[in-house]
Amino acid sequence: MAAITADRADGPDALAWVAPVAILIVAFTIVPLLGSNYLIEAIMLPFLALSLAGVGLNLLTGYAGQVSLGSAAFMAVGAFAAFNFNFRIDGLPLIVSVMLAGGVAAAVGIVFGLPSLRLKGFYLAVSTLAAQFFVQWALTKFGWFSNYNPSGVIDAPALSIAGIVFEGSVGRYYFALIIVTALTFFAWRVATSQTGRNFIAVRDNETAAKFIGVPVLKTKLLAFALSSFIIGVAGVLWAFAYLRTVEPAGFNLDRSFQILFIIIIGGLATIRGAFFGAALIVVFPVVLSRIGSFLLGDMFDSGVLDMSERIVLGALIIAFLILEPDGLAALGRRLWSRIRTKVGSPSEA
Amino acid sequence: MLDAHYTFSALDGSTAFREFPSIPARPQQRSLTGDRAPPISLVDEPVLALDDISLSFGGVIALANVSLSIRPGEIRAIIGPNGAGKSSLVNVISGLYRPDSGSIRLNGYAFSRIPASRAARLGLARTFQNLALFKGLTVLENVMSGLAFARHSTFIGQALGLPWARREDRDARQRATAILGFLHLEAVSHRLAGSLPYGLQKRVELARALVANPEILLLDEPMAGMTATEKQEMAGFIRRTREIYGTTIILIEHDIGVVMGLSDRIAVLDYGRKVADGTPAEVRADQAVIDAYLGIARDDDHGDDI
Amino acid sequence: MAESFDYLFFIEVLTGGLLSGVMYSLVAIGFVLIYKTSGVLNFAQGAMLLFAALTFVSLVERGVPFAVALGITFAVMVLMGITVERVVLRPLVNKPPITLFMATLGLSYVIEGAAQLLWGTQVHALDLGIEDIPFEFYGVFVSKFDLFASGVAAVMVAGLTLFFRYTRVGLSFRAVADDQFAALTVGLRLPRIWATVWAASGLVALVAGLLWGARSGVQFSLSLVVLKALPVLVLGGFDSIAGAIVGGLIIGASEKLAEVYVGEYFGGGIEGWFAYVLALAFLLVRPSGLFGQKLVERV
Repeated sequence: MAAITADRADGPDALAWVAPVAILIVAFTIVPLLGSNYLIEAIMLPFLALSLAGVGLNLLTGYAGQVSLGSAAFMAVGAFAAFNFNFRIDGLPLIVSVMLAGGVAAAVGIVFGLPSLRLKGFYLAVSTLAAQFFVQWALTKFGWFSNYNPSGVIDAPALSIAGIVFEGSVGRYYFALIIVTALTFFAWRVATSQTGRNFIAVRDNETAAKFIGVPVLKTKLLAFALSSFIIGVAGVLWAFAYLRTVEPAGFNLDRSFQILFIIIIGGLATIRGAFFGAALIVVFPVVLSRIGSFLLGDMFDSGVLDMSERIVLGALIIAFLILEPDGLAALGRRLWSRIRTKVGSPSEA
Repeated sequence: MLDAHYTFSALDGSTAFREFPSIPARPQQRSLTGDRAPPISLVDEPVLALDDISLSFGGVIALANVSLSIRPGEIRAIIGPNGAGKSSLVNVISGLYRPDSGSIRLNGYAFSRIPASRAARLGLARTFQNLALFKGLTVLENVMSGLAFARHSTFIGQALGLPWARREDRDARQRATAILGFLHLEAVSHRLAGSLPYGLQKRVELARALVANPEILLLDEPMAGMTATEKQEMAGFIRRTREIYGTTIILIEHDIGVVMGLSDRIAVLDYGRKVADGTPAEVRADQAVIDAYLGIARDDDHGDDI
Repeated sequence: MAESFDYLFFIEVLTGGLLSGVMYSLVAIGFVLIYKTSGVLNFAQGAMLLFAALTFVSLVERGVPFAVALGITFAVMVLMGITVERVVLRPLVNKPPITLFMATLGLSYVIEGAAQLLWGTQVHALDLGIEDIPFEFYGVFVSKFDLFASGVAAVMVAGLTLFFRYTRVGLSFRAVADDQFAALTVGLRLPRIWATVWAASGLVALVAGLLWGARSGVQFSLSLVVLKALPVLVLGGFDSIAGAIVGGLIIGASEKLAEVYVGEYFGGGIEGWFAYVLALAFLLVRPSGLFGQKLVERV
């Protein structure tokens, strides 16, 4: 699992800023202006939430090398915590509830991350499953979390930041976009700082890292905490901005695997990888369903679609692991450097 | 913060005046209780001493009653045939193995086991036999990581770009760049460490160990797998390191020719025991050493391989 | 505490748990086979179970005789194993174990999807001819089916143990498990051995699939038994058949006992996560499981 150098370029490389800035401009202006309701509701909103979850998981699994199979549980913690903070404390601004919810997710993350101090690899992965099952059970079993709703469902409140209300699909889109942009920037700052280097050091050679003075215990727990915080907020976005009503079953093992797939396909140990992966994961079922009904007509019902999705997704994972283990981010980077050498600028150091 | 100005001679013989930027004062000579140790005034006082170290794995004896002393600023080699216990010894010194008995005296303080996570702060640095680079980091980042022990900024400070965090980062970067210059690695500083050829990776590991300006540098087979030219270069770097930084160097190595030319004193291990200890000339002539390398077993040996 | 502890009931729950644990062990053994010889933790074992059960049941429902259906399904599983080894695992042969694990994760999706695409998503009942009626044994009610399953498991374990110890192929499996490079140097053909292992694992999946399918019906959730096998492997070590059995027994028994005696304090339903928490607690004391080999990191 080698890291991609693009994120590790030393010092600001002027041309490297062009793409993210351009994308942000498009995201903030063109998409909401020209995008259809369908594009925003069904594509952009889940894309944003899943990308953020991917960014979070990547910090833990990609950079710090701690495999986690329970990320959906932390999304659930975030969503339900935000709901409860917002619902039970009068006058608490929503954005504060969201941040506090992230904090709760971080705390839970540290608790379930403690085994990483003793366990590695498969064993750690198995222990993260404990988080997945336990959290889902707890949220379903104890009605308090969902304000005693019989099915454990929670409804999203009105969205606002600092008094500005975000309503309608475009409003929710902006809400999500602002939060995703801010947290992604934060994650990028961490990843390119000494903390991020400590993550990679612990991943690549824990013994050497310990010996040269990297605080291994603190680093691992910090990875779990930061990652769970971000994933928790992603869960809030999933629940509040996208689905609007959500239940514990929506944060099941399949969802955890989905986020893991996102970062594998997108590129481990990169920030942009989460976005590439989420884009593919969100878009491909739509594409598949169009192709399927085009080719097979009526035979292609939802059951067939579901199963075909599973097959294609699994096959994609295997294909990426074999052919391009560094994911779409690596493919993108190769394309980018080819474009740059054609344009004539010096190739990246 | 200490400033340091050094002259050094490049490999081609020319002398240059190089200013090495400030490095954080290494909190050396500190015991576990935080007291300052008495300064080392006598040249003969060892900077590191192993007293009667024994270590075994299961039933296999790795080290048996090994005592060793290392004087400040010397280049000390530890040699011996395969399985003699050299790596075990280095791992004991770096705190990765706990000896079954015996103690380690570092700067006048005794340890039953060196705390590996505090090794850097105690002034120890090392390279590893099987390379322990962080393959996912660039060369520069690997070397900067050698200063991780001196970092005090938190992740928040770093993420927000607070002045303290930025200064630490700048200092580390400067220091790392200087060391890369010293080892002629500037050309590859932005390449992923895992993408370099073997010989260069070894040099990067040396850089990472050196950047902390350690008091004691442990080199575990630094020339393994190198060509003759690369070995000469590495020997040159090792010599220069001692000349310029005054680092005490403990060297595990197979290539006896290199060792003879490079070291001040040599200890010879065989089957976990020290069989000779002295200057290169003394060791070369020692019958016990010759026997060990020719594989002549002694009566009281277990004959176990490690 | 009640005045007279209902020992009979306790024994019943315990026995039920132990027998249920045997079923877990069956699944775990399939994992162990593959892990022992190639270091791969095959998450797709559950999907293979589902595929086997579904294929068999669909053939039988279409009028194919029992034995023939069994034979065909076995052939299909063997073919699947060989294909998986060739297409998925061989290209990934030098990658770190976690990469292989994720590949098997992807593989499980492929096999699950293919199974249901091929045979449909309805639930099927699987009749092996053994009725699930309880019969009484000194006042304790034991399920006849569970006993049958244990018997099958015992036979399979005995067979595998003998196979590993006394046949040439079994010997080469153990050689490969011990040291792949050394095995290569003595001339063992690794790809062929791995293909055989995957085929054997497919057979184990078939047996387990049939038993589980008969017990709880053949449906998608069958592939989730893999999630029950993981704590078993954690306890028993990933590379030990004996460990898989002991681990399965412990997990099965503790799960049932916990559900009955402790579950009420939590409002029930703790079976879903209890095994994991137990395994986790255990790991913190012994990071490589009961029987697993301690990995010594060479610096």
